[in-house]
Amino acid sequence: MASTPTAADDAAVADWEEVQDSPEFGRLRHALRSFVFPMTIAFLSWYFLYVLMCAFARDFMDTKLFGNINVALVFGLLQFVSTFTIAIWYSRYANRKMDPLAKNLREKLEGGTG
Amino acid sequence: MSAASAVLAAAAAAENDTSHQTLTIVLFSVFVAATLGITIWASRQNQTAADYYAGGRSFSGVQNGLAIGGDYMSAASFLGIAGTIAIYGYDGFLYSIGFLVAWLVALLLVAELMRNTGKFTMADVLSFRMRQRPVRTAAALSTVVVSIFYLLAQMVGAGTLVSLLLGLNTPAAKNLTIVAVGVLMIVYVVFGGMKGTTWVQIVKAVMLITGAAIMTFWVLAKFGFNLSSLLGAARDNSGKEGFLSPGLYYGKEGATTWATLISKLDFISLALALVLGTAGLPHILIRFYTVPDSKTARKSVNWAIGIIGLFYLMTLVIGFGAAALLTQKAITDRNPAGNTAAPQLAEALGGQGTGMGAVMLSIIAAVAFATILAVVAGLTLASSSSLAHDFYANVIRKGKATDAEEVKVGRISAVVIGAISIALAIPAQSLNVAFLVALAFAIAASANLPSILLSLFWKRFNTRGATWGIYGGLGSALFLLLFSPVVSGKPVNPATGKSTSLFSNPAIDFHWFPLDNPGLVSIPLGFFFAWLGTVTSKELDKAKWAEMEVRALTGVGAEKAVKH
Repeated sequence: MASTPTAADDAAVADWEEVQDSPEFGRLRHALRSFVFPMTIAFLSWYFLYVLMCAFARDFMDTKLFGNINVALVFGLLQFVSTFTIAIWYSRYANRKMDPLAKNLREKLEGGTG
Repeated sequence: MSAASAVLAAAAAAENDTSHQTLTIVLFSVFVAATLGITIWASRQNQTAADYYAGGRSFSGVQNGLAIGGDYMSAASFLGIAGTIAIYGYDGFLYSIGFLVAWLVALLLVAELMRNTGKFTMADVLSFRMRQRPVRTAAALSTVVVSIFYLLAQMVGAGTLVSLLLGLNTPAAKNLTIVAVGVLMIVYVVFGGMKGTTWVQIVKAVMLITGAAIMTFWVLAKFGFNLSSLLGAARDNSGKEGFLSPGLYYGKEGATTWATLISKLDFISLALALVLGTAGLPHILIRFYTVPDSKTARKSVNWAIGIIGLFYLMTLVIGFGAAALLTQKAITDRNPAGNTAAPQLAEALGGQGTGMGAVMLSIIAAVAFATILAVVAGLTLASSSSLAHDFYANVIRKGKATDAEEVKVGRISAVVIGAISIALAIPAQSLNVAFLVALAFAIAASANLPSILLSLFWKRFNTRGATWGIYGGLGSALFLLLFSPVVSGKPVNPATGKSTSLFSNPAIDFHWFPLDNPGLVSIPLGFFFAWLGTVTSKELDKAKWAEMEVRALTGVGAEKAVKH
């Protein structure tokens, strides 16, 4: 940025604010925020539910389910499952909903300035 | 056991020790030779600043995913988590979960947007729409502080490891190890730059995953691939009630209600620091710049989540395997924190006192050394890049430095950072390794994360907000740490008559902050200062915010891969 003129400066968009206010950009921003904000709240709540139960609900966590497998272990492994699931879910969502919108805008902006 | 047979057993053990020590040294030398070869190759390719700082932005999603794993799966997480599980059972698993879930913060909120707006360092994003000099100064400072805490943990770990695995117990041997690790990491970074360092991470990640997979498979095979019987054997062999449930290590029930509450709050504070720290670690953040575009950044984080998740699942089996197959006394005799449980388990799997046991022990010990070396290189690169790109090029030279000058200063900074961490690691050897890592996470979450998130998502955010956020978060984390039981006033260990605090003399006690981990207070304070700074300043550059948001979301004008 400040130090060297690079590819970043090739995109001499005349009015960034105009782009930012455009309906296409609005849709892209909405697509991003309407997924990542609720999802962040969801996985953090799910994680802290687990942490709080580890701290304060030990009898419940101690409950045996089968053999030597107890609630604590299953709950912990479910954190792995949810993390993998959300990561895959987000990627599919981003590939489908966000990437085409971003690509359109990018091509319009970069093409427009040569 | 008679005295004579004890002597014989000790002699046999010593003989076995020498054979595995030679093999460990050979295997480790092979790793060092291979990585130095990579470094020389990479140094011939380093032509521009983008090559040196960002590996030419030409790594693929899988490669960068492995490299992120290599940067993240430190010796503290391999040896530390497996050891904690081996001694305290379930509670060691809590660390892994925080470390893994943290990646969702990086994936959803940070990785792609950073890739699109920045070039080389964390401060590129923070200062995008702010006044360059104050923000870059603050960001460079917090980058160096976080990285040095993390570096110390790894280097101290290297000293401990070498003495435990090679039987070199003299302080001189430990110091020599620290110096050797320090010199090697300087060589990787100065000559290899980001490209060389990334390949070192990839090699190490593959070695670590392979080593852990062999052990996991072996342990599971011993228990007929039945997790329940492995857990049962671990609990019975450890002789500890509640070994399979939370509570033996974190959030212990204290003598009073107050003590119990503090202990539980400390656990929650740690959990918060773990989950929010990752996305504020400078050496992780700069990995997003090594790929050609934001889509590849996303892909690489997905790979990293898969690799890191798999690895933590394997440490669970390794930890419980160690508890099931080794006696508690055998583990704690070698290292009270259990840091050698994983290599000891490797030896037991191969057969204690047999050639196979020696081979397994050597492999796992060499993997652990490789791990330390790779992580310290990544940290040195992150902090020296920030000193050169943020502090030298943009603050001192006000953006007028050429690429060549910047890279030269980057190399000099790597030598300086390396020398400083060697000098600090030698006296820091008494500190608990896993704990230093947790502190680095707490500081990263307090100082860096608020400003990163707010600069990416909050229109109103401005220069004062960013600097107050960084200094406020950094300052409160360090201040609370100074007055916490970590520094002074922990109860005296009856065996040694010393306190387990940094000041081990029990007469020195100036702590008033009850928690070991400052995160629970300092992370909210970081966000609070960032908000307060913002609303008390009138600065608002709408045009720059528009440019930043459009670039971040669309990737327009983002730096492309370097073509040679």
